[in-house]
Order: sequence, then structure tokens, then C-alpha cells
Amino acid sequence: MKLKSSSKPAFPWFGMDIGGTLVKLVYFEPKDITAEEEQEEVENLKSIRWYLTSNTAYGKTGVRDVHLELRNLTICGRTGNLHFIRFPTAAMHKFIQMGRDKHFSSLHTTLCATGGGAYKFENDFRTMADLELLKLDELDCLIQGLLYIDSVGFNDHPECYFFENPSDTQNCIKKPCCLDNLFPMLLVNIGSGVSILAVYAKDDYKRVTGTSLGGGTFLGLCCLLTGCETFEEALEMASKGDSTNVDKLVKDIYGGDYQRFGLQGSAVASSFGHMMSKEKRESISKEDLARATLVTITNNIGSIARMCAVNEKIERVVFVGNFLRINTVSTKLLAYAMDFWSKGQLRALFLEHEGYFGAVGAFLELLKSSDDA
Amino acid sequence: MALSGGVDRGSHSMDKSITLPPDEIFRNLENAKRFAIDIGGSLTKLAYYSTVQHKVAKVRSFDHSAKETDGDPLYEISVQEEITARLHFIKFENAYIETCLDFIKDHLVNTETKVIKATGGGAHKFKDLIEKKLKLKVDKEDEMTCLIKGCNFVLKNIPHEAFVYAKHADSEFRFQHTHPDIFPYLLINIGSGVSIVKVEAEDKFERIGGSSIGGGTFWGLGALLTKTKRFDELLQLASKGQHTNVDMLVKDIYGGAYGSLGLTGDLIASSFGKSATTDKEFSKEDMAKSLLHMISNDIGQLACLYAKLHNLTRVYFGGFFIRGHPVTMHTITYSINFFTKGEVQALFLRHEGYLGAIGAFLKGAEEDNPNQYSWGENYAGSSGLMSVSPELNPVQRARSGTFDMLEMDRLERQLVNLPLLQDPTSYIPDTVDLTEDVLAREYWLYCFEEALDGVVKRAIASQKDQPKAVERAEKFRQKYRHKLQTLRHQPFAYGSLTVRSLLDTREHCLNEFNFPDPYSKIKQKENDMALKYYLKVVKSVEELSWEQRQFTLVKGLLAGNVFDWGAKAVSDVLESDPEFGFEQAKQQLQDNSGIDIILGVFPFIRELLIRGTEVVLASNSGPALNDVTNSELQILTERIAAMDPVIHTALKEDRLALVQNGSSSPCLDLSRLDKVLATVVRERGTDLVIIEGMGRAIHTNYYAMLSCESLKLAVIKNSWLAERLGGKIFSVVFKYEVPSKAQG
Repeated sequence: MKLKSSSKPAFPWFGMDIGGTLVKLVYFEPKDITAEEEQEEVENLKSIRWYLTSNTAYGKTGVRDVHLELRNLTICGRTGNLHFIRFPTAAMHKFIQMGRDKHFSSLHTTLCATGGGAYKFENDFRTMADLELLKLDELDCLIQGLLYIDSVGFNDHPECYFFENPSDTQNCIKKPCCLDNLFPMLLVNIGSGVSILAVYAKDDYKRVTGTSLGGGTFLGLCCLLTGCETFEEALEMASKGDSTNVDKLVKDIYGGDYQRFGLQGSAVASSFGHMMSKEKRESISKEDLARATLVTITNNIGSIARMCAVNEKIERVVFVGNFLRINTVSTKLLAYAMDFWSKGQLRALFLEHEGYFGAVGAFLELLKSSDDA
Repeated sequence: MALSGGVDRGSHSMDKSITLPPDEIFRNLENAKRFAIDIGGSLTKLAYYSTVQHKVAKVRSFDHSAKETDGDPLYEISVQEEITARLHFIKFENAYIETCLDFIKDHLVNTETKVIKATGGGAHKFKDLIEKKLKLKVDKEDEMTCLIKGCNFVLKNIPHEAFVYAKHADSEFRFQHTHPDIFPYLLINIGSGVSIVKVEAEDKFERIGGSSIGGGTFWGLGALLTKTKRFDELLQLASKGQHTNVDMLVKDIYGGAYGSLGLTGDLIASSFGKSATTDKEFSKEDMAKSLLHMISNDIGQLACLYAKLHNLTRVYFGGFFIRGHPVTMHTITYSINFFTKGEVQALFLRHEGYLGAIGAFLKGAEEDNPNQYSWGENYAGSSGLMSVSPELNPVQRARSGTFDMLEMDRLERQLVNLPLLQDPTSYIPDTVDLTEDVLAREYWLYCFEEALDGVVKRAIASQKDQPKAVERAEKFRQKYRHKLQTLRHQPFAYGSLTVRSLLDTREHCLNEFNFPDPYSKIKQKENDMALKYYLKVVKSVEELSWEQRQFTLVKGLLAGNVFDWGAKAVSDVLESDPEFGFEQAKQQLQDNSGIDIILGVFPFIRELLIRGTEVVLASNSGPALNDVTNSELQILTERIAAMDPVIHTALKEDRLALVQNGSSSPCLDLSRLDKVLATVVRERGTDLVIIEGMGRAIHTNYYAMLSCESLKLAVIKNSWLAERLGGKIFSVVFKYEVPSKAQG
């Protein structure tokens, strides 16, 4: 990323990605503020900085992912830390109100926003907080953000990782790696829904397809089936469950492998297939249901991604999106699915900053936009 | 033994008595053999092979060596017993299994049967019961192999097997005329899971993929979410729900469409996404609908990815998730249209539920070589599509029980395409599709109902001396009237409804009650009479100038064609005036010319033969109305040859050949013709095809494009049709076509 340092935008530097379920916010905290600067700095700018950097939780639902913070980042001639914050889209109006209360509009900053919410809430920002959004395409932002983070690395570690021995549960280990030959890659973004992009170069990509069975489906079904309320809760339950009590396996139907078609007995034949039986429905645990939901959604995404990779003749499949946050069950399963069904031809890759690339992309646009000005 | 009421009614709320007499369900059990059974999650499909003894009218030439007298009939008609092979398939709910097995055991006479082929997920569960009840060894067959075998069989033998489903169209079911080469195709079987199978040849198929998100997921997850037990009830719930209350749509995220990607606002961005972010109660209906969309879209998407990867455009859907459910056919169709932008059509099969049973049966019947024959759906013995669909007609379901039947007759001849069809893939025999044309449908159904009394009378008259003729004719009336009523409500029941299918259904029903050829005696009388005029006609034609002669011969062809008992206007006149003859027919046409074959066709082909043209005279293999059959034609030709040296020489020199066409219908499907005829056509390099008569040239083949010159001629003997075509009753169609050069 070449960014000229000549004309810097005014602080604060934000990038925002308003998704269907979550709002992702990146905030650049300058650490090289001179005494002179500090004196000139208006009070509410200071207060925003202080509020964001001294807390790790905001209100009831906002969270700063401290472990993802990028330290000593030099960008646009400034050095500082990049913070990663998220809160539910349902709290968007509260957020806008806060912007109004903190007189955000007086800072004359451009608020760069992407994701559907940039369009949906544009008018609310204007009327409630007198703020103008610079709306950006979410897929553009996603790719630019991803390429940028990958290029700067994760505090001297690679941003990217994969799983070694994905087909062997005992010896499956997470390994960092460098994305040397990035292109072409199949980029699978799993948010509430799923978008699948074929990326051939920095500015050359197409959306191949998408599916509505995504993170929102996992959480939505889990809430309905188990009464849980948060993603963390759902994942916690899933980690303790056993999906084979819920899913019908090939061996449940054929007594073993279905040799005529080379299907292993342990393969899932019918997701939730056991739940056709009343007795089994009555005795099933919430944990098992959560696990089955997770496995079903994950396998399905894996299967569609794999078909797209084959159709597009791409071997690298990069999975991103907040569905993968604290979700090793899914990342390992995806790694396994790619490897197994492609007989080792496809490799699943993951990125540490999972769901934040869109927000990073929006943030980069802020720096670019003032460049152009 | 009584079939009704024999089952424990505790486990189900539904009444399990069989309201139809069981012998109308399990027909011809006395000589049944080669049993096969496919037991699914809720339905059992039983298959067996039987031989049907039925009466056929045979004609036999008398010995004419003795000097003829005027009163002698030309040939003798005898009604003989003939044995033909028939396949029976019966579908019923698993709850009836025990009762049905008992019934079969009690009525099974044939003892050579030792084995029953079994397939389907439930086969092992009922293995012991079947072995105990029937004393037959259960021989398990691979489910998918059976499915594919069955699928190939129906695609090959039932012309309107596949259809496209269009919920909001005038006719929901759009039947596809099956491509003569059915391979390759993709079969997406949606059972509890999904299997995606690529079929390349009769025995070459491969499971190229699948998904665990299938019917079992809808059922299992649906039951958990809605506390609704039955699959049908879940579908009912879904059909009443609003998925937008549960799903997160693009517009819920964007406030509108995501224009730059062309994603509309109503598109589902995240299935069940609202239940993740909204803290409220969701209705059962809405959740079921959301689940249905989620699963259908997912399957559709995978199907498209596989179709694209393997470059296949024919994609058939089956499995219990689909099985006749308009709701799922609609959502799958929608999904396929969405993901392929209309490039691939989702195809469904009329007999999808029977595929496994048909396949298992075929596995067991390999020594009979069933695939070497052509088979035809028997409309009289088959229930038709949606006969037991709960969604479509709950009342009917209650009335007719839950039994659905399919019967297929083994055709004596192997049927193939006419080699002269310009484009066999786009050939559609029928001129008007009554499934789509509501006005035409109403007219023709009325017409056939009106004509029913006459047909019954004619049937009785043809068998005055036969036992129970009146009783049988009455049964025929009931059966055919019931078929007409069914078709009024469900015109799609047997594929595209056409005048041809209405006529064929009537023939099947007549045969069912042993009226193989109600017109045999009339034909005999007419032939006798016409023969007497033959030489006179030929002579009068010979005296004319060339040009006048051609006119006269063509008019003769058309005048003869008026003698069609199928047309009501004509049969009215013929019934009322027994003396109505050839002269009257000519007058009706305001001009000149022999009763159909003898006085119309023979003088015409005689002219061709004199010119040096080779003639292949194709006629029906079996009787239909008063159309001449091949066996009658053999005798007539012999008699004419005895009088006329031109015909005699032509026969001797093989310049005149008589070939049967494989059909027993007043109409003609050029894609299902006798293989021998196709060979003769090819070998002799046929360069002109003449199709004569309303059934063959108007109701069918009016738009047929041939790769050689063709002549379609008929007299429109129906005022409604004449009006539709812009003419008057008894107007003439004389359509000469030359194929465009480009087609070579």
C-alpha cells in the first residue's frame, strides 16, 4: 500500500463496516502526537480517544478485540495502534446517538462506512447526528483491507494460517503461513450470509455466488433450538455437543460404508436426520443440537466453496468473516472438508483478523479520499 | 378375505380401510410373478409382472378358390384370447403393508415365484414380515441402481414423463417431449439426504456429489422447530408461512437492493438471520417456510454447480422431498431459475415415486429382457399424476383411499423414431395441447362425453352374441366417464392432454372390458361393399385426362376419409342412414370419388405404381375405431390384387409393401413407430410421406417437419375444429411441404 503522507486527513481515523448482525469498527490511535499537537487537539477528540483506548467493552454489547490490536503501525506518515471494535448492528441507533452526544460532527471528519448498513443507516446518521457517511462497496473494502493487513502482518507474525494434517483430528495443528502467491484466490466471506469471490488481482475480482446459509443461520437456528442468546453461548454449547446424535450418518442407513458410491460410513447422510424420530427428538441435548447446527452450516459452506473452487479452477480458498471468530470447530472442519473432498488438491487458508477486513478497507479509503482531495 | 379394517388403527389417526375393492388394486394376481418391492420411509411400492388374457379381434381370409357368391363376406372375424404382458405398480402407505401382503398371499396362484426383489430404506425393516407372509425370499437390491434403472425405463417408454413445474402459469405442469436419446442427464434424488447422480448410459452412472441437507433436514429440523410431526403437515405449515419474518433479507441489511451486485432487496441474505438478532416468538408457519426456502435454495445451488461442472442441462429431481408436492417443486424450480438464470430447467417426473420399484423389478426380470421391448402406459389401469396428493385434493384422497397404480403394457413391437423427422428432439406429435388450451379442453372433453353413449351402443352391437356384453359396456362407460371427470379437474394426470390421449384412453378402457374392436363388423361390411365398387372406380378414373385424374384421385382419398366413425358429425349421419355411402360422401364434398382404403387409397397408390413409384403402405398394428388394421389390409390387398393386375404385379415385384406402424391409435406419434417400418423407410430411401386422415394429419403431425417432401391431407369432420382453423365443416386440408434446403 503506497500512501502519500502529504495531505493527511483530520483525526479521528475510523473505518466502519455495518453488517447484518455486527458492526465492525477500526480505529487508529496515533501514538506519535507531539506536545504541540496535543495542545491543539480539541477536547472531544481527546475524549473519544480516551474512551476507546482505555476501555475494552462499550455499553452492554460493544467489545474491543484487544488480541487483534496492530501495534506501531505507520500509515500515512503517522505511527500508532490500530484497534478493532465490534458491536451488534441492533445497537446502531445507540451508537449514532453517542456520536451526536459527543458532537462528532464538529470534528469535520469523514466517516467511511461500508456494508449494507452504510446504506440503510445513512439517513439516520444525517438526521440524528448531522454526520455524512462516505459509502463504500463492501467487497472492494473486503479485498483492499485483506491485502493491506496481510502486507503489514500481525505484529511481526504472519496474518495467515492453515491446518497441518487436516484429515487427522489428533495431529491437526494450526500453522502460520505467508501468502506468497496470493492470486488467484477464492475468498469466502462468512458473515450473516456468505459471499464467495474469485480474486485474480488487487482490483480484479468477481462475486461467484453466495449462500444464505451463513453465520446468521447458525446463530438463528441455535437460538430457536436451544434458547441461547449469543454467538459465544452457542459456540460454547456446540463445543460440548456431539452431532452424530442428531445427524444420520451413512452407516446409520447402510450399516457401514456405502461402497457402491465410495461413501464412508462416518459421512453425514442427512443433517438432522435422526430428528425425524419423535423418541430421539425428546431425548436430544441442546449441546448436541448446537453442534449439529454448526457442523451442518460449516459443511455446507465447505461444499459450496469447494464446488466453486473447482468450477473456477482456483486452488487456494481463503475463509474470512466473523462466523470463524473463536470457532476452531468450523475452521478445522473447513480445512478437513477442503482437503478430503479434493483429495489434497485444495487448501483452506484462514486469517487472524477474520471479520475486520471490510472495516479496514473503509479505513484505507479515508486515507485515500483525503489524498485525492 | 376382507382387506379393509384389518390393520391396527391405534398408531395413526387415519382410517386405514381400503375403499376400493382390493381386486381392483392388485389386479391379475392369479398369474403374477417377478415381485419387487420398494419400501420407503412412508410409502411402499409393489411391482409385479402379469400376463393379461384379453380378447382380440382376428381376421382370417376365407379360401377363395371356390367360386364366389355375392353374399360371401370377405373375411372372417373371430374374437380370440391373446396373452400380453403387463407390469403392475401399486403405491400405498406403509401402514397397509401387512394387509396387502395377506391379500397377495391369498390370491397368488403362480407358484414358480420364489424370490422378491426389495429395495428402499425400509426393506430390511419389513424383510421378515415379507418372507413370513409371502414365503418368498427377500433379495435386496442397491437403492440407487434401482432408481436409475427405473428412471431410464420411464424416460424411454413414457413420452410425457418429464415436466416443468410453473406454479403461476395457466397449466402448472408443462410436459416435455422426451428427447429420443435420454442420456446424459443428472438425477438429483432428495431423500433424507441428497444424492447427485450423473447418468451417461443404461448401466453407466456415477454419484458425483451430494449433500446432507435434504428432506431429512427439513423434516428433522422442522419437527424440532415447530413441534409438528408429519412431513406433509410441515409442508402445509410452510405453504402458509412468510419467510420474510424469519429470514434476513438483503433489504434488511441494505435498506433496499444491493444494486452494484444485482442483488434485489427481497433476496435472502441470511436464512433464519432474524431469529439471531430479534428477540421474539416466531410462528411455526413462518419458520417452516424459511426452512423450506433454505433447503430448496441450497439444493438448487448445489445442483447448478454440479450441472455446470459436468456441462449437463437435463436435471431431474426426485425423492420423497419432491414426490408430487407442489410446494417443493415450486421452491426447487425457483432456486434453479435463480442460480442458472434460466439456463437449466428443473425437471420432475410423473412416476418419480415408482422409480425404485420399477428398477428393482427390472433387476429381477432380467431374464425376460424387459428392456428389449417397448412399453406403453395403460391409461385405463393407471391412476395418473396427483391421484393421491393431499395438497391438491384432500377430499379425493379420502374417497379413493391412498392407493395409486401404474400399469404398463408390453407392446408387441419395438418402437423407434421415424428416420425422416427433421428434428426428432423438437418433434411434438400433437397439434393442440389441451392442458394449456382451456377452451379446446372444455370442447373436447364435452365432445368425448357426448359421444360416449354411441360408443357404448357400438360396443354392445359388436358383441351381441358374447356373454355379459351389456354389463361390460356399462363398466366401460363408468370407467371412461370417470377418466374424463378426472381429466376435467386434473388435465395433467396422464401427461399433456390431447385429442390423441383422449382417444387412446378410450381404446384402453374398451380393451379393459374386452371390446377389442367394436368396429370390426362395420369395417367388414364396408370393405365388402367397397370391393364391389373397386373396379368401377378404377375404370372411371382411367378414362380421365391426366390432370383430371389427379384431381379425382386426391378427392377420392379425401372422400374416403369422411368415413371416420370417430367424428361425431359423420357418425350421426351414418347411424341414422345406413344406406349413406360413397356417392353421398362425394356429394358432401360437392364432387367426386371409394371408401377410405379401397376406393380412396388404392386407386391413388395404383396411379403411383403405374408411374413406377415404389409404395410402402403403413397401417395400424392394432384396431382403433374403423381404421384399417394391417391384418385386414393384407387380406384386402390380396383381394384387390386378384382383381387388378397393377396391384398384383406391384406386390409380386415388391414395389408395393404393406408394413404395420406399431400403433393402435387413430392418431400417430412419429417418434414411436414400428422398428420394421423405420428400417423399410430407411432402406427404400423414402422421399415422400403421405399422411392421411384427421387423427394422423390434423390432431397429430399437422406441424411435423419432415426431411423429405410430405403431403398431409384430411377432411375436417368437426365443425368446432373447422371454425378454429378458419373454415367450415368438411373443409379440406391438403398440405404439401418441401423441406428447406438448409436442413439437407
